[in-house]
Parts: sequence; C-alpha cells; structure tokens
Amino acid sequence: MGSLLNRYRSLTALLLLLLAQLILVAYQVHTARDVRLLRVWTVSAVTPLARLLDSASGVASGFLKDYVLLAGVERENRKLAEEVDRLKMENRFLRSELATAERAQALGAFQARTPSRTVAARVIGVGPSVDSRVLLVDRGTSSGVRAGMAVIRPDGIVGKVTAAYPSTAHVLLVTDPRFAAGVISGKNKVQGTLRGTRGALCRVDYLQNEETVEPGEWFYTSGDDLLFPRGLPVGPVKTVAAGRTFKEVLVEPSGLGGGVEEVLIVLEGVHQPIPEPQAQVETAPLLPPPPVEGGGAPAAAPATGVAAPETDADRVVDAYRKSAAESGRAYGDNVQPAKPPGATGAGSAPSSRPPGAAPPKPAAATGAARP
Amino acid sequence: MNGFDEQIVFGGRSRKKASRVRPWVVLATPLAAILFQVYAPLYVPLLRYLELTLLITVYLAVSRRGPVTGAVTGALIGLVQDSLSNQPLGVFGMVKTIIGYAGASLGVRLDTGHAAVRFGMGCFFFAAHQLLYEAAKRWLLSTPSGLPLVATLAAMVANGAAGVFLFYLLDKLKDKEA
Repeated sequence: MGSLLNRYRSLTALLLLLLAQLILVAYQVHTARDVRLLRVWTVSAVTPLARLLDSASGVASGFLKDYVLLAGVERENRKLAEEVDRLKMENRFLRSELATAERAQALGAFQARTPSRTVAARVIGVGPSVDSRVLLVDRGTSSGVRAGMAVIRPDGIVGKVTAAYPSTAHVLLVTDPRFAAGVISGKNKVQGTLRGTRGALCRVDYLQNEETVEPGEWFYTSGDDLLFPRGLPVGPVKTVAAGRTFKEVLVEPSGLGGGVEEVLIVLEGVHQPIPEPQAQVETAPLLPPPPVEGGGAPAAAPATGVAAPETDADRVVDAYRKSAAESGRAYGDNVQPAKPPGATGAGSAPSSRPPGAAPPKPAAATGAARP
Repeated sequence: MNGFDEQIVFGGRSRKKASRVRPWVVLATPLAAILFQVYAPLYVPLLRYLELTLLITVYLAVSRRGPVTGAVTGALIGLVQDSLSNQPLGVFGMVKTIIGYAGASLGVRLDTGHAAVRFGMGCFFFAAHQLLYEAAKRWLLSTPSGLPLVATLAAMVANGAAGVFLFYLLDKLKDKEA
C-alpha cells in the first residue's frame, strides 16, 4: 500500500488536496457556518493594499494629467493651444470634482434627513469572480457594521451586508439571485418579495395575477423582512406580465443607477411611511406673446393665446397643440411627471430622485426596524 | 525557443534549459493578480473577465514543473480568491488545484515557451476552469452561475492572448541558469 502511494505520489497529493477542500465546502454548506478566520486574514491582508492602490492610482492619474500629457501637448502645440488644452483638462477635472462633491452632498443631505442611523461607506472593490455581484466597502465592524445590515443610497436600496470584517464589509447587491427583500408598491399597495435576476433588473415574486401593478409604479421596502426599514425606494416597474399563478414583474433597481461609488449602511433602521403617489400637476396657462418692439401692431395671437410659429421652439409647441387638439384634450392636461411622484430634495439629478428621496421626518408611525 | 522552461522532447527524454522563478515572484504575482481582480473591474468592468489568478496559477505550475507544487500553488491561490468572494471556501480552491496539477503535468510534456502553445494553454485552461467552476457551483452549491456561452468564448480568447503577454513579462523576472 505504502509503495503504491509512493509510486502515485503526485496523484495521491492531488486527491488529498481535493478531498480536504471538498470536506471544507461540505462543512460550510452543511452547517451554514463560515471559516471566518481565514477570510479575516485574507481581507485584512488585501484591503490595505487595495486602499494603497486606490490612493496611488489617484496620484498617478493626477501626475499623468498635470505633467506627462501637458508636456506632450507643449511639444506639439503653440502656446495658445497649450493653454486651451490645459484649461480644458482643468475644466474636466473640476467637473469631476464637482460631480464627486455633488454626490457627497446628496449623500450627506440624505443621511441628515433620513431618520435611520447610517454610516457612509466607499466602494473599494468587487467580488473577484466573473459572476460576482458583491461589493467590498471600506467600513467594517469597527464602524458598527454587522452582517445583515441594509445598504442604501438616496436613490434606492443597494443590497445588504453579508459579511463584516474589522475595516471592510461585503455587500450583496440587489441583482444577486440570493438577495431577497420584502417590497410594497406605492400606488396599489401590493406586497411581494424582491429578488435578483443576474441581470440589470430585479423580479418581484408572489404577486397574484389578480393584483394590480402598473408599469412605472414605484416599489418601496415593506419592512417585513426586518432588514430594510419600511419606505425606502426600490425602483420603478419596467414590465408586468401575467404568469401561471403569479405575475411576472420586473423592477429596475434605482439604487444601482449611475454606478455605485458611495453608499450608506443602515446601522439602526427606522420605518417610514410609503410616499403617496403625487397628484396631477396643474401647469400655469401660457402667457400671450410679448408685443413687437419698434412700432407696429402686436403679433396677432389666436384667442387661445397661441402665437404664430416663428422659431423652432414655437413650431414644436404648435405641433404639440395640434396633436393635443386632435386627441380631444386641452394642452397642459394630464401631465406625466418625468420623475416619480414625491420627488424633491437637493443634490442629485431630478430624474433619478425616487419618490421616497425626501420623506417627511417620521411621526408617531415610525419605529425601529431592528430591536 | 524563447525563455520560459525551454525544453525539447528527444526520444522520450527531455533536455531542459532550466530557469528559476524567483521566490518573491511566487509570492507577489498571485497577490497582484488577486488585487487586480478586486480592483480593476471597478474602473473597467470588462476586466472582470480576465482571470489573472488562473493565468498566474498556470504560469507558476508550468514553470515549477512539479505536479504537487502546482496543485498546492493552485489550492492556495484559489483559497485566497474564495475568501474574498462571497461563497464557501474551497470552490475556487478545488478548481485551481486541478488546474495547477494539470498545468504542471502539461508543462513537462510541451514546449511551453512558444507563443502559440501559451495562447492555446491560456484558452484551454480558462475553458477548463470555467467548466470546473460551473460544475462545482452547480453540484456542490446548487447555484449555477449560468455564464453566457458567447461571453465565455470571448473571454477564453482574451485570456489566451493575455496569457501570452503575461507569460512573456513574467519570463523577464526569472533567474536564468544554464
């Protein structure tokens, strides 16, 4: 036996290695426990380097922009062209800085406004596999982060913490098939379970075919899962189809729009009311056209206050009026807001602001999400 | 024949012009590959398809030749990759153990210094890696990742090409011995 093993030493070693790891996997799957020590070691070893790389890449790109590229421009262009290029680069840099500042401001404003206690975190990495939908953030147990905590942005929910280490944490995104959260629709108040689909959209399960869900309707967290506080925006419905038993509803997660760079981790959640759909917006009647300067009679305007088209804008407005008249509706009626109802608040693009972005401070109806 | 474990098989016996991988390369390159896979896709999402840890495993296995060494190297790199992902430890470990063993076994039979061979190795081992990984996820964890075929094929070619370039760079870090 010994000589046989010695003869096939390599193969024996391979089988032993595989067996050991198979037992390791089986242990974790069977007991639902993690081998935490090894993970803590690895994450603690890798994340400082990742942070270092992050800083170094910032310095390197700054050096490249400020010196190397400008030197090349200097060789190729005259002084004026060089000046213009440098100003363009500065402009780009400032725009980038402004965008970063706006994001931070929006996050800060939301953090101050939301009744839940949160901590801001920066995304410093992603899961190291092709199909991974996991983020690595720079907050961990030292900041009070624990596994199971909700991760949100002003625009919507992002995911949940699946593992917390001393200075970092893993965040499972809402698009991961293993993700699940209780949700409720804003308009028709139907409740379901949000799940990832591996794609860009999420699925809402367990909605009966008889229940009403409309495309464009917003879903919010219901708070039933005891992880996400009630009333956080999830996203608008993209498609609705009747299934065999349940509806097939796909929701576009609003929290993942535009790339995730900074997030808020909910340390202590407070339920909020589901925002009511906004009433129809009444627009002010259009003013009559201004009088023509330099004498002459004022431009003849129809009784409805519509000027004869003179510019491209006038022609577009005229086209809309004709279209509205043909469909038997008055111009300005039935205005569909470009953003979801209830969208107010500072700091982010209006079109990306979800209905729950500026919820009122909780009154008597609020309570802690977790004991 | 250039660099990298040059060897020609003559009548069943191999004549090797040995070159040794420096110890710091053995430690630093897997770490750099892990960091790359954690960090680079943040800025260029397509780089998610570049399996640098796999390529490094293959390179180290091939250049150090011992199947046991290759398997152990693969196991360690895989376990580190596992511990940074959100799945049980050992999935990547097992896959890369097999890749390391196979790489080392193949390394003593092929002229692994030729660019075409390296390209083929990169493609082959990427495909094998994805198949084994998918099998492990499907049968051990019941969570198939369901990668699209076209994307996987494109990634296979990309990894083959990246392997040629990466192996060439790593050759420059080797100790040359007669």
